[in-house]
Amino acid sequence: MPTQKNKILFLFLSFALIGTFLLNLSLGSVSIPTSEIFNSILGNEIKTSWEIILWNFRLPKAITAILVGMGLSISGLLMQTLFRNPLAGPYVLGLSSGSSLGVAFVIMGAGFLPSFLVSDYGIVLASSLGSFLVLLAVLVVSQKLRDTMAILIVGLMFGSFTSAIVSVLSYFSTAQELQKFTFWSMGSLANLPWSSILILAICCVLGLMLSIFGIKPLNALLLGENYAKSLGLNFKKTRLIIIFATSILAGSITAFAGPIAFVGLAVPHLAKLLFQTSNHFILFWSTLLIGAILMLVCDCIAQLPGSDYTLPINAITSMVGAPVVVWLLVRKRNLMI
Amino acid sequence: MILQTQNLSIGYNSKATTKIIASDVTIQLEPGKLIGLVGANGIGKSTLLRTLTGIQKPLSGTVSLNEKSIESFESLDLAQQISVVLTEKLPPSNLTVYELIALGRQPYTNWLGKLTDEDKIQIDKAIALTEIYHLIHQKHNEISDGQLQKVLIARALAQDTPLIVLDEPTTHLDLLHKVSLFKLLKKLTTETQKCILFSTHDIDLAIQLSDEMIVMNGKTIIQDQPCNLISKGVFSSLFNNEHIQFDATIGKFVII
Repeated sequence: MPTQKNKILFLFLSFALIGTFLLNLSLGSVSIPTSEIFNSILGNEIKTSWEIILWNFRLPKAITAILVGMGLSISGLLMQTLFRNPLAGPYVLGLSSGSSLGVAFVIMGAGFLPSFLVSDYGIVLASSLGSFLVLLAVLVVSQKLRDTMAILIVGLMFGSFTSAIVSVLSYFSTAQELQKFTFWSMGSLANLPWSSILILAICCVLGLMLSIFGIKPLNALLLGENYAKSLGLNFKKTRLIIIFATSILAGSITAFAGPIAFVGLAVPHLAKLLFQTSNHFILFWSTLLIGAILMLVCDCIAQLPGSDYTLPINAITSMVGAPVVVWLLVRKRNLMI
Repeated sequence: MILQTQNLSIGYNSKATTKIIASDVTIQLEPGKLIGLVGANGIGKSTLLRTLTGIQKPLSGTVSLNEKSIESFESLDLAQQISVVLTEKLPPSNLTVYELIALGRQPYTNWLGKLTDEDKIQIDKAIALTEIYHLIHQKHNEISDGQLQKVLIARALAQDTPLIVLDEPTTHLDLLHKVSLFKLLKKLTTETQKCILFSTHDIDLAIQLSDEMIVMNGKTIIQDQPCNLISKGVFSSLFNNEHIQFDATIGKFVII
């Protein structure tokens, strides 16, 4: 139930999102004042160089950051409840590795593939398929293992396995292909043309809409699988919806922005910490907002230090996310789903 | 009659063999009755409950719910007929007691799970019947075992089904809480006219409070009123052991 406190928190988060969005637009090698950003968005004339930077570089990047933050965080939230494991997330369970494998096949195996696959669509498809297959494998193994912690180990093993195959692929690939893949694997929110952002946005909206259908079943799953079934929940259908949603989200995001660590794991916990609830109605929207904010902040950090350079976004999210997870674990020994 | 069985055989069908737990089971569950299910560990109480609630298929015969085979029910329709209280621990979460009880309304809510006024009335009724109003804002993992058991019963009540099935609701409780839980179940059956079926190891207490009992005893399953079961000597063969004996005069088990 949305109480007074939750309303204030949501209001605060919405303002924080707008604030970080504007901050993100103004930061970079060329600093653009916020007032000018407003002017440009409202359709007024501003300095031409600023306009080009804003509309062709900053805005695409900021929108990518929001999509990536929202998508990864929601896929983390879905997995944590589905696996009844507070430490689940797209990166930890090896989904990102699966995507990497798919992308590696497309980039480095380009010579063997039909040309229509070696495109943006091909990469998205291969990446989504990769994460889907890994998630399916984790799911099959988790049926045999009742121990939720063992699932994490299995995710790690799938991660190692896929990176081994990627290594083999890189061994046989050309320097150019290898460079392309290495840059991709460092993660980047920038340099996406509007056409790619449109594909990413469509995938994210699709994934998020599927997740909305998962809200009610996920709340039932808070009581465990058997109670959920006794409430008339179609567990197999629910599981399929959640798997599709997470694969589309994690797969498409990884395809365009590279593997991005810890966002999917940390953000749902920040939301749970802030709102002190397990109700997925509240968690869904708060995770969405916090995910976008965190990603924008990470991107700001990536811009700040040298100002002329942009640090790899994956490094920043790990630097921010890993301590957050450790702090959460130490602070509260039993994490909630 | 809410539920009855015809020529029912229960057990497991695995690849190589068929393990029959009991055959020719006749059970009848009527509204307003509190029915206790007793039997030694491992005799198949859970299997019987799973079969009666439609989770597991019978080996042969049928379980009819409202004159219809239980297998013909859609899971959502079944959720409006039978609610359960299980022994398993709830996963750790931040659910409050009220939210937990409200989840019992899921079979009736729309695709987003929004609570209507009718849902809220049913939830309030369940809270009032189980007398847990003082707990509703607490987290479910912050209350005692006895309180949690009442909350789970309230959740089942909110589900508003003619039949409630509880799997060993009194385990982990001390004598005082056991008695108060049984008295609560008894009160619920008389006030709501629901049928409540529970399995238990507290046979002495179940004999005193149940309207009827189902005794699982080797390969036979007998349902009758407790006094009839005592006079037939059913309880004395419940445990085949030289150290324990049923004393029919006081209705209790005694150690020899």
